[in-house]
This record gives sequence, C-alpha cells and structure tokens, in this order.
Amino acid sequence: MIIRKLKKIIVLWLAMLVFFSHSASAELTIQITGGTKSAIPVAVVPFAWRGVSGHAPINVASIVSADLTRSGHFKTLPVRDMIDKPSRTEAIKLGNWRALAQDYLVIGEIRQNQDRFIIEFKLFDVYRGKQLLGYRLPATARGLRRTVHRISDLVYEELTGLQGVFNSRIAYVTQKRKSKRMRIYQLKVADSDGFNPKVIASSIEPIMSPAWSPDGKKIAYVSFEKKKHRIFIQTLATGKRSKIPAGRGINGAPAWSPDGSQLAITLSKDGSPDIYVVDLNNRSWQKLTKSYAIDTEPAWSPDGRQIVFTSDRGGKPQLYIIPSSGGSAKRLTYQGDYNARGSFSKDGRKLLMVHGNRGDYRIAIMDRATKAYSILTKGPLDESPTFSANSGMVLYAKIMNDRGVLSAISVDGRMNQVLTFDNGDVREPAWSP
Amino acid sequence: MKVCLQWVMVCSLVVFLAGCSSLNEKTGGAFGSDAVTSGYSEDGEIRDERLGDLEEITNGSLMGGEFNDPDSLLSKSVIYFMFDSSEVQPVFAEVVTAHAQYLVANSAQRVILEGHADERGSPEYNVALSERRAKAVARMLEMQGVFPEQIEIISYGEMKPSAEGHDQAAWQLNRRVEITYQAQS
Repeated sequence: MIIRKLKKIIVLWLAMLVFFSHSASAELTIQITGGTKSAIPVAVVPFAWRGVSGHAPINVASIVSADLTRSGHFKTLPVRDMIDKPSRTEAIKLGNWRALAQDYLVIGEIRQNQDRFIIEFKLFDVYRGKQLLGYRLPATARGLRRTVHRISDLVYEELTGLQGVFNSRIAYVTQKRKSKRMRIYQLKVADSDGFNPKVIASSIEPIMSPAWSPDGKKIAYVSFEKKKHRIFIQTLATGKRSKIPAGRGINGAPAWSPDGSQLAITLSKDGSPDIYVVDLNNRSWQKLTKSYAIDTEPAWSPDGRQIVFTSDRGGKPQLYIIPSSGGSAKRLTYQGDYNARGSFSKDGRKLLMVHGNRGDYRIAIMDRATKAYSILTKGPLDESPTFSANSGMVLYAKIMNDRGVLSAISVDGRMNQVLTFDNGDVREPAWSP
Repeated sequence: MKVCLQWVMVCSLVVFLAGCSSLNEKTGGAFGSDAVTSGYSEDGEIRDERLGDLEEITNGSLMGGEFNDPDSLLSKSVIYFMFDSSEVQPVFAEVVTAHAQYLVANSAQRVILEGHADERGSPEYNVALSERRAKAVARMLEMQGVFPEQIEIISYGEMKPSAEGHDQAAWQLNRRVEITYQAQS
C-alpha cells in the first residue's frame, strides 16, 4: 500500500518536474515505476537562487532527485515533506533530517555571474553529522543541465562507489509517418534522461543501429539512403561523416572495438550475412564468419579479444562467440528459442540480450559462468538493449500504448523509467560511454 | 551563434521544401535522396550540411495496363510469408511466375525486390531475415529464366511496416516481399 502510494507520488512529482522544468523539451515525458525498501533515503533540498532575476533558470534539486531515483539505489524525499530548506551548512538542523529518517542530505545554491552560473553543492552524512563532498561548478546557460547531471554523478559515485552515468548521452532513432508511403527517420542524441534532443541525421529512408565510438565523439550507423545499405561514421562535433567501404546487399550492425581502431560489421556480399572486421586506419577488412546461415549483430568483449554475434546456423537465432582475430565459433545460449543482439557487461562476465520464447521477447542478462538468466523486462516486444557505461542500467526499446518508446531499467530490475516522446515511434537506443 | 541558427533554419526550410516538391510528383517520394546530417557539440552549437541533391526516380507509372488489371496476376506485387520463414508459399508461386514470364519477355526491364519483416525480435536480425525472403523470390525468378542483372534486392527488416499495428493482423501484412518495377533507362 505504502509502496504503491510512493510510486504514485514519484510519478506525479516527475510529471510536475517535467512540466515546470525550464529547459525541458516539450516532446518528452518521463515515468518512473518501481521503488524499493532497500533504497538509500536521501534529501535533495531545493537550491537557493542568488541571481539578479526572479528565479533560478533550472531546478537543480528536482533533476538530481530524478537521476538518483531512477538509478534504483536511492529514495528521495519529496520537497513538501521537508521541515526546512537550508542552503548553507550553518543553517542545517541535523535533528530535522534524522526525524525524517534521511541518511544523506544534499544542499546548495546557484549564483549568477553575468552570463555564467556557479552551482555550489554539499553532501552530508546525516547520522555522522559530517560533510562528505563539497563542489563549486561553473556553467554556461547552455551547459546548466549537463552540470546538474554531473552533480548527480558526484553524489552517486560518493555513495555507491560506482561510476556515475547521468552526465552521459543516448542516441536513438525516431520514426514519423508523413503520408501512406513516406516516413521521416531521424537519428538523435540527447542527455541520458532524454532531455535536450538534437537531430544529427535525417532521412526519408531508414536509419538504424547507432553505435558510439569508445571516446564518445563519433557515432557509426546504418543508412538506407538511395535505397542501398551503407554504414557511416559521423563526427558529432562537425556533422561530417565518412562511408565504410560497402559491399552489395546488407551493410549493417556496426560495432566498435574497445580501442576504437576497428569496426565489426555485417556484410551479405558473398551470399549470406557474415561478420567482418574493418581496420579503420587502413580500411582493410577481414571476414570472420563463413557460414551459410545468418550471422549478424557483432559485439566486442571488453578486452577486444572476442566477438559475440547472433546466428541461426543451428536453426533458430542464438548467440555465438568467436575470437576477434579469427577462428571457430562456439555457441553460448541454449535456453529459449530466440537469443539475439548480445553485448558484454563492463567486466565481461555478463551478456545482455533479447531473449525470446514462443513469440514473447524480453530483455535478459546471462551470467557467463553459471549460465543463469535474469529476465529484466515483461515483454512481449522488447528489443535493442544497451548497457550504461557502468553496466548498472539498461536502456531498451518497447511498445507501449501502440507506440515505440525507450525504457531504462536498473540491472536488478528494481527501477524502471519510460521515456515517452510524443514525436512518433522511438527505437534503437545506444547509451554513450 | 545567431548566424549559425539562421543557417540551420534556412537549411531545414530548403530540405523541407525539397521534400514537399518531390512529394507532389506522382512517383511517391524522392527515395533517391541522401540523408541530412548536423553537428552536435557540448555547448549546443549546430551546423547543418546538405549532402547532395534530392533525386527523382520515376516509378512504375510507365508500365503496361496488365499491371492495373485486377484479373492479371501482374497486378499482385506483394508476396507474404509465414512467421520466421523465407519459403514462398504455393499460393504465391503463380504470382512470382507471372512476373518471371513478364521479365523474360521484357529482358530490359528491371525489378527491385524489397524484403520486409514484422517488428518482432531484433532489428538487425530482421534485416537479414527479410533479405533471405527477397532472395527466395529472386531465386524463383532466376529459375524461370530471369537474368540476375534484372533483379535488385534491398532488405528493410522491420523498418518499413505496411500495417502500423502491433498484432498478428499487422505482422501478417508486414512479412512480405514487394516487387517494384524500375523505369527503363
């Protein structure tokens, strides 16, 4: 009962956050479901505004709270439950926060200095009465939201010991029907919470399979323009792109090697789709698989020595692994009649995939040592899972209310966040490094 | 920055208008066009770059009357498939045969076989599956004497559904190969 109420409150409160947020794009709403008793209670007090105009350009506390909540590790205190709202250390009455059973407290303020802003924040351990962090972060008006996500990262890293991923980005493809025969496909890049979306490529033929370079500066993707499959590498800062040498038929599923020097791709120029590795320095390539079946969706192991891929050489699509320098492939998955789109966790011990049984497709993680599956989602049409850089969360595509939406879920399945774009269907997410 | 923004707006307008004008042509869309890309940087600066002109390809509007005659098998140009299958069902074999006979009789004529899949499962796997479907149709055409040079294949996977829904009825319509005739050049 209490948990359900809590869920309702979180959803309502996030809807308000989106509604009132200054720089929020109108095309996005966020819905978080979940909630758990083991989450750490933390209060993020509304930041004081010390500027010339009437109110702060951004609601720091609500963004930090939303970030911490969707990680699944934290339970944040609603503002209206706060007894007081200190912004400086000397104003904190620890007793108030202990009475509210809060373990941690975040306070701060935003100052304006001509066209620049300075955000100052402090993190306290309520029970020990001790400051754990204190930072002063400068920001431009444009960079404010990213700077606030950086605060979330610092707090998250201090309290969990894990790498924060809130100040990261996501790429995805939107699809909008213009007429019976015409659709507009757009490749977009946005903040990790879906805000600040920007179009980086737009076409009336499909765009698919975006993949971030390991340094986060480029995106490889597949474009069907001129009715041909082609793989492009686009530099984010300039919008300039180069084409990977093409073959007849399918050119697809680009995947960067961990050092960024090679790209694994799928080509069907010899008949059936096979995995190839392209050296990006000299554009030479090597054919890795040579089956008569479908081999596609390559993904590199973190050490770059192996590649996992989807193949139906056994009759149904399953995951296989092969040395990236060449060799023989070994089957990895045996449970379920459909396992595809595999990718490794940061430590290489887990495999993320689409796991299907009799037409029901869900996102699953398999432990490579025990071969145990944990099914993260409820299906039935979930696809394109992508790990966050710390492998603590997964972003994937699903159908909700007859529309393609993106959803983020913590790897323990505790916290689920849906990003709904009112701008057509959203597919093919890729989470930046 | 202001100049940049204006540039972006001008570019988008150009692209939009180009798209509109080509739509008005009866060919049903400028499918020969390149994508338009933009830069993305931390401080939000955007630059637009057009990568080539929109092109026109005339579609099957010059084809003979038999393609519009509902009694002719040539008026049927979509082959449907079973779930996770690339086998041409017997009921569609005669449609493929009609197109094969036409192509053999008109050896300068070229076709595009567009392979499609329903939305279930992984998008890139579906691209491969839909290519296999188009190749199955291509093989049937070739076995009946059509030259490989007359056939071009493109596999769209789940990216261009014919029916919008997310149920069996829509999926059934989306697992398909579309036979499209190219204008003779």
